Amino acid sequence: MPDKSTIHLVVNNKHYELMIGKDIIPSDTLAETLRNHLGLLGTKISCDEGACGACTVILNGKAVLSCTILTVECNGVNITTIEGLEDPKTGRLHPLQQSFIDHTAFQCGFCTPGIIMTVKALLDKNPDPTENEIKEALSGNFCRCISHYEVLKAVTAVIKGGKYDK
Amino acid sequence: MTNNYRYIGKDTPRKDARDIVTGRAEYLDDVRLPHMLIGKVLRSPLPHAEIRSIDVSKAEALPGVHAVLTYKDVPDATWGIPNHMRLLDKKVRFVGDAVALVAADTTEIANHAVERIRVEYEPLQACYDVDEATQPGQPPLYDQYPDNVIPQITKLLQNVIKGDVDKGFAEADEIIEGTGFYECFPNPLPPEPPGVIAYWKNPDKLVAYVATQSLGLNKYLAQPFFRMADTQFIATQCGGSYGTKNANLTPIGYAAELARATRRPVKIYYTKEEHLAAYSLRLSCRINARVGIKNDGTVTAVTGEWIVNTGSGSEAGPHEIAVGCGELQLALRCPNWDLRSKLVVTNRAPTGIVRGYGGQELESSILPIMGMAMEKANVDPLDFFKKNFVRVGDEYFWRNGIKYIYRGIDFSPAIDNGAARFGWEEKWKGWGKPMSVHGNKRRGVGVGIHCNADVGEDHSEAWIKLTPDGRALILVAVSEAGQGQRSSLCKMAAEVLNLPLEHVNMSFPDTDGNPFEFALVGSRGTYTVGKAVIEAAEDARRRLLELASPVMNLKPDELETEDGYIFEITNPDNRIPWRKATGIVRTVLGQGRFSEDFTLSNFLVTFVEVEVDTTTGMVKLVNVVNSAGCGQVIAPACLEGQLHGALGAAGLDTAIFEGGMLDPSIGRMMNSNMIDYKWRTFNDLPEFSTLTQDTPMPSHRFHAVGVGEIATSPGPSAVLMAVYNAIGVRIMDYPFTPDKVLKALSKIR
Ligand code: FES
Ligand code: FES
Repeated sequence: MPDKSTIHLVVNNKHYELMIGKDIIPSDTLAETLRNHLGLLGTKISCDEGACGACTVILNGKAVLSCTILTVECNGVNITTIEGLEDPKTGRLHPLQQSFIDHTAFQCGFCTPGIIMTVKALLDKNPDPTENEIKEALSGNFCRCISHYEVLKAVTAVIKGGKYDK
Repeated sequence: MTNNYRYIGKDTPRKDARDIVTGRAEYLDDVRLPHMLIGKVLRSPLPHAEIRSIDVSKAEALPGVHAVLTYKDVPDATWGIPNHMRLLDKKVRFVGDAVALVAADTTEIANHAVERIRVEYEPLQACYDVDEATQPGQPPLYDQYPDNVIPQITKLLQNVIKGDVDKGFAEADEIIEGTGFYECFPNPLPPEPPGVIAYWKNPDKLVAYVATQSLGLNKYLAQPFFRMADTQFIATQCGGSYGTKNANLTPIGYAAELARATRRPVKIYYTKEEHLAAYSLRLSCRINARVGIKNDGTVTAVTGEWIVNTGSGSEAGPHEIAVGCGELQLALRCPNWDLRSKLVVTNRAPTGIVRGYGGQELESSILPIMGMAMEKANVDPLDFFKKNFVRVGDEYFWRNGIKYIYRGIDFSPAIDNGAARFGWEEKWKGWGKPMSVHGNKRRGVGVGIHCNADVGEDHSEAWIKLTPDGRALILVAVSEAGQGQRSSLCKMAAEVLNLPLEHVNMSFPDTDGNPFEFALVGSRGTYTVGKAVIEAAEDARRRLLELASPVMNLKPDELETEDGYIFEITNPDNRIPWRKATGIVRTVLGQGRFSEDFTLSNFLVTFVEVEVDTTTGMVKLVNVVNSAGCGQVIAPACLEGQLHGALGAAGLDTAIFEGGMLDPSIGRMMNSNMIDYKWRTFNDLPEFSTLTQDTPMPSHRFHAVGVGEIATSPGPSAVLMAVYNAIGVRIMDYPFTPDKVLKALSKIR
């Protein structure tokens, strides 16, 4: 019998055990757990209702909105957040991160972690997407500063440069 | 453009870039203080009512609740321009107005407590429109404004009155009268909601973490609210502001009063719904204007009444009116004016400081009337704008009512370059004429301009500290809200001190550890803070060379510094590191100051091409060219981003789909969530070019002024013009949603 009172999940290659009632409550969203319990503050909450993409993380290979998922639903899942992209040993940035820096693909930066995670999930599946596929993937990511054009350049540069590896 | 600078005009990574892309940048909600409580606000369900009674006992009794405050518990201080808003009042004035505040251990407990507060209201008749509000018999929102009109502030430019308008109209070839509306109540909507964490270090010292674009302004606006207690404001990374987080007074006030009551740090962090429905909307306005024009495009007279709806309170209404009145004169040279403003309070959510500040609202409403005049006189709008923007030697009244004479550059090249890039000559077919028609798709083009002399507003101070290890630290109270200004200031200092950019850094953004600095408003940072930083760097450099002089046995003017070394100009091999000149136990401090200057302006022209689907009524933005005049560009990529910002922040899209939808039967905003509130997505991007005119501006050593703020401003009226040209019918009230378009085409009633 699996123990229903504990949620096991892997975040950025690290295993966590969360006890319901102690570490989390049933109404906690994944975004809240990541931020408040695991201290992974890079995942941002903006609308908290599934409309803006700020809270995007990768769950079992798919970009998901962590504000719309309950942590209690996450038993056995594998999650990557923005904190999981840097090489933990060398500190080397993921090529997407580096390209965002090189292209100043942000202004206020609040949308940036969500955008990078959305793009990463896309490129992991399809390393050579068309511009339309990139735009479609990002269509749920709100960027009010309007850094869209620079984001597209940054992503295209990674694809064109053949720099992409997971 | 190539130049001889080491950093100015070249792209360098933003100093905070790595933090942003790794998720390490610390925004307000990422700050966790020990013993911090969560504050929540009970908000009014009614648009206008007296509070008859409030019972907070059930809320207070909830375990984990530490304070519940009502209007009885907060100081009787008022804020806004003029001062008229209490933090909590015996009256509510819009759906979402604050009624009570709660501080509790967790968000859940705070929310429960809010639900347990019982309030009895005595409803009052509400008004949402300026005409309604000023009808006799309409209950006033504020006793001191019995007709719901906020009196004009004499120290500010509230009207433009000059010359002789009768003479002006007599000279006109064409006279046009009309009414323009810019009444969409959009929300600039930064992704990060407003938020503040406050605590009292002692009864006379408030410490506040603020998500803001303007640390100094937050402090100086808030301080009177706390009986001039000492205040330390600390800026977190700010997740977007677009003007709206310049004042921050409601969250500051809520957090500070709850912190005072609980003696603990309290965080206020708005939900998106609160953000959308109850926080700093854009001013709304309409104008009844009469304009006289000659057939050569000369404007001979402008008269009218500009009626501004500030919603339930005015964070800065009269000041925004003042800036708008100033900006319009820069865009429209005309000797004869009688333009008067009226500021009206209604039961809409309060408006506040927003990117575009006054001018965007005024131009969006009056330029369409100007367009009617141009059409009657058969003047190409491009020729019109080219003729009528401010020129060297022109006089204008600025926001303080004082007359200034423009001494900047001629922006004609910005217009010409923009027009060439856009292809205006080929695309412009005349007034009311489409650029092309393909079945039910009609395309039209439009153009608008905006100028702002606030690029030199207010005062700034900066210090620079040189350390013996060959580094410089800029001490200036500047926060980062996306403009990249902290990085640009480092570039300016590194250029003056000829240091590697990595060796120039900024102090922690707080108001205790830094000298006075006003705010990053009105695109002022580049010129004002820039000049203070440049002066500080020059001062520090001079002191450094003076220290080196006796050590090297050379006069200071025989010395130069580079990468932390000082060398003899004529014999560069003769060099010593800074530490040899300063010793290792010394700080070299340079100081700089900027004093207000309203004699320069920035400039932006926006060209748009739209496609109107006459079957569905949809307006699609096809192409945008933003061509700016701001002198030498400091950070090209940052500026380009800001110019793209035209599509955000309640800017150009207020002409197409953006706005706050009110249900007038209950006074509630119907789209206060990010699904129903429309915003531009990645898969709906127009082609967008940005251009900058690099003529040096007589500002400071690097010949620059800022321009980012106004990216949003010329857009709406340009879109109006383009839609008119596409369909041949002029729609005067924004945004041009399908229903309005179809109505204009008589396809629906
Ligand atoms: S915060 Fe999750 S989608 Fe907006
Ligand atoms: S960079 Fe500010 S919202 Fe995208």
